[in-house]
Amino acid sequence: MTLFGLIGFTSPWLLLGLAALPILWIILRAIPPAPIRRRFPGVALLLGLTDDDQVSDRTPWWLLLLRMLAVAAVIIGLSGPVLNPDTEEAGSGPLLVVMDASWASAASWPQSQEVLAGVLSEAGRNGRTVAMLRLTDPEAPAFRTADSWQGRLPGLAPLPWEPLPETMQNIGDMLGDDDFDTLWLSDGLARDGRDALLATLEQRGSVRVVESARDIVGLKPATFEDGAVQLSALRNRADGTSEVMIAARGPDPSGVERVLASVPLTFEAGETEAQVALSLPAELRGRITQFEVENQRSAGAVSLSDDSLRRREVALIAGRDDREGLELLSPLHFLHKALAPTADILDGNLMDILPANPDVIVLADVATLTEGEEDALLDWLDKGGMLLRFAGPRLAASDVSRTAEDPLMPVRLRAGGRSVGGAMSWGEPKTLAPFPEESPFYGLPVPDDVTVTAQVMAQPDPTLAERVIAQLTDGTPLVTRKRIGDGQVVLMHVTANAEWSSLPLSGLFVQMLERLAVTSVTTAPEAAELEGSVWQPVSVLNADGSLRDAGTMPGVDGAALAADPLGPSLLPGVYEGEDRRIARNVIGSDTTLAATEWPARIPVQGLVRAAELPLAGVLLAAALVLLLVDIIASLALSGRLRGATAVVLLAAALPMGELRAQGIDPIEATAEMRLAHVITGDSTLDETAQAGLKGLSDTLFFRTSVEPADPVAVNLETDELAFYPMLYWPITPDQPTPSEDAYVKLNAYLRSGGLILFDTRDADVAGFGTASPNGRKLQALAAPLDIPALEPVPTDHVLTRAFYLLQDFPGRYAGRGVWVEAAPPDAEQIEGMPFRNLNDGVTPVVIGGNDWASAWAVTDSGLPMYPVGRGFAGERQRELAMRFGVNLVMHVLTGNYKSDQVHVPALLDRLGQ
Amino acid sequence: MSNVTQLRVRAEAEAAVLPPLLARAEQLAGTVLLGEHGRRRSGLGDDFWQYRPVREGDMRRMIDWRRSGRSDEQFVREKEWQIAQSVMLWCDQAASMRFSGHKDRQEKADRARLMSLALGILLIRSGERVGLTGGLLPPRRGELQVLRLAEFFSKDAPDDYAAPEARAMLPHARAVFISDFLGDIDAIEAALTKAADRGVRGVLLQVLDPVEEAFPYDGRAIFESMGGSLRHETLKAGELRDRYLQRLAERRARLQEICHVTSWRFGTHHTDHTAQEGLLWLWQALDGGRG
Repeated sequence: MTLFGLIGFTSPWLLLGLAALPILWIILRAIPPAPIRRRFPGVALLLGLTDDDQVSDRTPWWLLLLRMLAVAAVIIGLSGPVLNPDTEEAGSGPLLVVMDASWASAASWPQSQEVLAGVLSEAGRNGRTVAMLRLTDPEAPAFRTADSWQGRLPGLAPLPWEPLPETMQNIGDMLGDDDFDTLWLSDGLARDGRDALLATLEQRGSVRVVESARDIVGLKPATFEDGAVQLSALRNRADGTSEVMIAARGPDPSGVERVLASVPLTFEAGETEAQVALSLPAELRGRITQFEVENQRSAGAVSLSDDSLRRREVALIAGRDDREGLELLSPLHFLHKALAPTADILDGNLMDILPANPDVIVLADVATLTEGEEDALLDWLDKGGMLLRFAGPRLAASDVSRTAEDPLMPVRLRAGGRSVGGAMSWGEPKTLAPFPEESPFYGLPVPDDVTVTAQVMAQPDPTLAERVIAQLTDGTPLVTRKRIGDGQVVLMHVTANAEWSSLPLSGLFVQMLERLAVTSVTTAPEAAELEGSVWQPVSVLNADGSLRDAGTMPGVDGAALAADPLGPSLLPGVYEGEDRRIARNVIGSDTTLAATEWPARIPVQGLVRAAELPLAGVLLAAALVLLLVDIIASLALSGRLRGATAVVLLAAALPMGELRAQGIDPIEATAEMRLAHVITGDSTLDETAQAGLKGLSDTLFFRTSVEPADPVAVNLETDELAFYPMLYWPITPDQPTPSEDAYVKLNAYLRSGGLILFDTRDADVAGFGTASPNGRKLQALAAPLDIPALEPVPTDHVLTRAFYLLQDFPGRYAGRGVWVEAAPPDAEQIEGMPFRNLNDGVTPVVIGGNDWASAWAVTDSGLPMYPVGRGFAGERQRELAMRFGVNLVMHVLTGNYKSDQVHVPALLDRLGQ
Repeated sequence: MSNVTQLRVRAEAEAAVLPPLLARAEQLAGTVLLGEHGRRRSGLGDDFWQYRPVREGDMRRMIDWRRSGRSDEQFVREKEWQIAQSVMLWCDQAASMRFSGHKDRQEKADRARLMSLALGILLIRSGERVGLTGGLLPPRRGELQVLRLAEFFSKDAPDDYAAPEARAMLPHARAVFISDFLGDIDAIEAALTKAADRGVRGVLLQVLDPVEEAFPYDGRAIFESMGGSLRHETLKAGELRDRYLQRLAERRARLQEICHVTSWRFGTHHTDHTAQEGLLWLWQALDGGRG
């Protein structure tokens, strides 16, 4: 193959033929066009006339040029030109395919598979052995025949983590002793260890890299700040501005997973990171389970959200609402301060709040509750609510939980409580004891400066020991807890303000609330925090960003969950602990992405490469087109184009075989009366309607003084309706509903005296009504139309005698139901008159289902298109159908003229005859 | 056997030609009768015209005794148009007439025959005697003559161009010549002059195809007459157009001139117009001339 830039030729010697073109030019130029023999009687007048110019017509230069181009196209086409010819050299020896196979490769995995398949088939052709190596899950490469890999390609899918530097270092040991060439399917992300591995591979043979040109986009975990969800995305290349859509997914109120919100995010040129804030109502925000970058099928483009986005709803209810007291003494002041940044606080009456199903209800020094409130609270607790109670003077003074344990109290209380360390008491203010291991507060540091001066005391009970989750140094309970159903009641034995203790003033208070899951967690958990806890995977991410159920995967140690890099033993996903969930995402809050930088000596290919494009076909086709043009031009030159024009125009018109509505200009449309039908879009139906109206037109022509021209197909959207006295509208269930404008036109048409014959064409299977699909469609179509009240055609309607005397109106089917505008209610039969004096105009609609057009339809040769009925009775029915058509057109054109005839006897009587 | 079969086939073909032409001619004639003319005169003399007093020279048996019995005077009952006119038709059957510039248009001959026969029917209906020039078909009246006319009109002449036949022309008859008049102008002039000498007056209708009026040809071409006897080759047909049209106009002027001298009437009919148009003009031209 010879190459000229991008184009190669398979047989370049043929191009020498181009040298013959000038000779051809001269030859062609010398030959005048052949004369045409024409029969022409006027030749008698031509005799003796001589041509002014004796030089014969030469072929004009542009025609010659056209022919030269055609010939040149043929020559070039035959020499086999190929665009982007494949000039790659085949290698030999074993081939190692190294794949990053990380989450970042997932987005372009289908293309990578195609490349792999191509590589394998080529290796198969060249007899090379192949081994595959996934850096995310390295195994010692085994060189086998290419064929044996073909079937295993789907199993080599990318994994949702990145190759670790240490595993990449170890790969050198796996490679064995043989030399091989390497094809590295890179995911496009720079990472440590890549250079070292490259050096190792280069020692063994040549290295080629295939890398997608697509940007890799990753999404950092979402955070909640300033009342909005803060989203931050990364990309691996900093050039150019690009925009991605970020979608927030979650269950909608009916539980179906869908996109709840989406927001565009723009990377500025030169930036690899971009932020956007997404402001959502709390309800919606609480439902979000994941954020994802649209059109990026990779695990890195998905950020699972855990409890950190969820804002807990906390209801604060105080026993005494001391509005006039000092703010600092308010029992809820410190709770407000502690909770406001991380939780949504509900204020109000307990019974008003309960239906909102808050996560936590805090009762600060509330002693007694009504029975109804108590029942409602117990119900709510059963379903997993958390009731946090604070003691206080009221509780201490009340009899609640004194003799028997109150259902809403974890322990029984002694009367009065105690106070220590005050001016009137012995002893020092008590401090807190370290938290026991089973306590939810275990591990929290106990500051020395937290002192308790007063508390309510728990009655010693058999269950007391297990309910205490925090106590003072003297062993008296400070916090007790009882589980009720799925929920729990927690009692702080001190007040929620600083009256009884300094606990609310300390940081411990907030931490305790956090541990009790009263507040929402906003920061990623520290490893130390999670030390010793076990977290169960709920769902884990695949490399392509899809979630799968974790099933029976083993639990993960808390410390590892927080700190370890992702790998086979720690998959990205959602992990569930005792009372909260933690999401582990592929991209952490401090991850950065960077594009790979390969040394210049390494050839790097894109995944998508220009395919070989043979140009021969195009050129030969162009030559053919040029020759066709030449034919037309030659005909035009020699004056023979007259017939050819018709052919060309016909050819141009042929593709528009569909019934072209009108195109008919207004003058033509109005020059003669024409029947018209509505285009339904169903070509068979439209043709039938056209043929039917043609048959009716012919019948009218033969039998009456109405002589219609050929019928017209009318497009309701574009055509003027006013030209046609009558529209035939066959109904099919799937025809498009006309637009608003079309309906305006139709209504104007009906109001100005037009008639629409609706034909549901289903009288064989359905009575008139909405029972059939066609009937329902008709109802839908006609709903916006301005149609008066209807009735079945009465026996004295003018339709029954406009031309023929008819009692039935059969079409192809002989259904009975034909409906017209109802007679006015005051129409009465006058004595001696055969008919009532009915409506004074033309009924705007006639509705039936007898498929009249099929009965009327005739072929071009005038024969009926469709059978009607059977035998003679059928022909009679067709005749009656024709008569109905004639009557209808007569009715449309003459209105109630035949009704007037009934007055003739009366008129004659008056004239004294 | 084969002779019989062939005869049968030819006869069928002949018979097939007649009815359509006849039917179309009748239909065409019908339109005129229904039109502005109507049967307002009775050529056969069935209808009464007027009574006039007997004059000298009237024969006795001409006296209408019933009318005369009512008064003292004697009256003669006069009938109008008792003596019918003879109208001689000549329709060009030559090859030049079998030309049509477009496949949807009738040949000139077709149109000419149609108009001739329709005119014949009209004239026969109104009581005139109609025949063909040149002694082919002497003027007669009656429906049978229509059939004979149709028969003659369905024959083609072999010549390329034809000139009107003026032999055996009845003195003071009427004549209608329908042709394209593209043949020898001198022969036409001779025929007309000869007819005029015998006191025959009439109508000359030139039937032309629109193509012959427009000459829409271009490029190198060989023009041949319909029979192939004449041919003319040109390299640039388009350049001949003006001169051709000029010659056509000269030809027409010449014909008009001759008609003017012989007090005939001259008209032109194009085949893209309706036959009815041509027939109406013919009828009026003939009727007007009758005075």
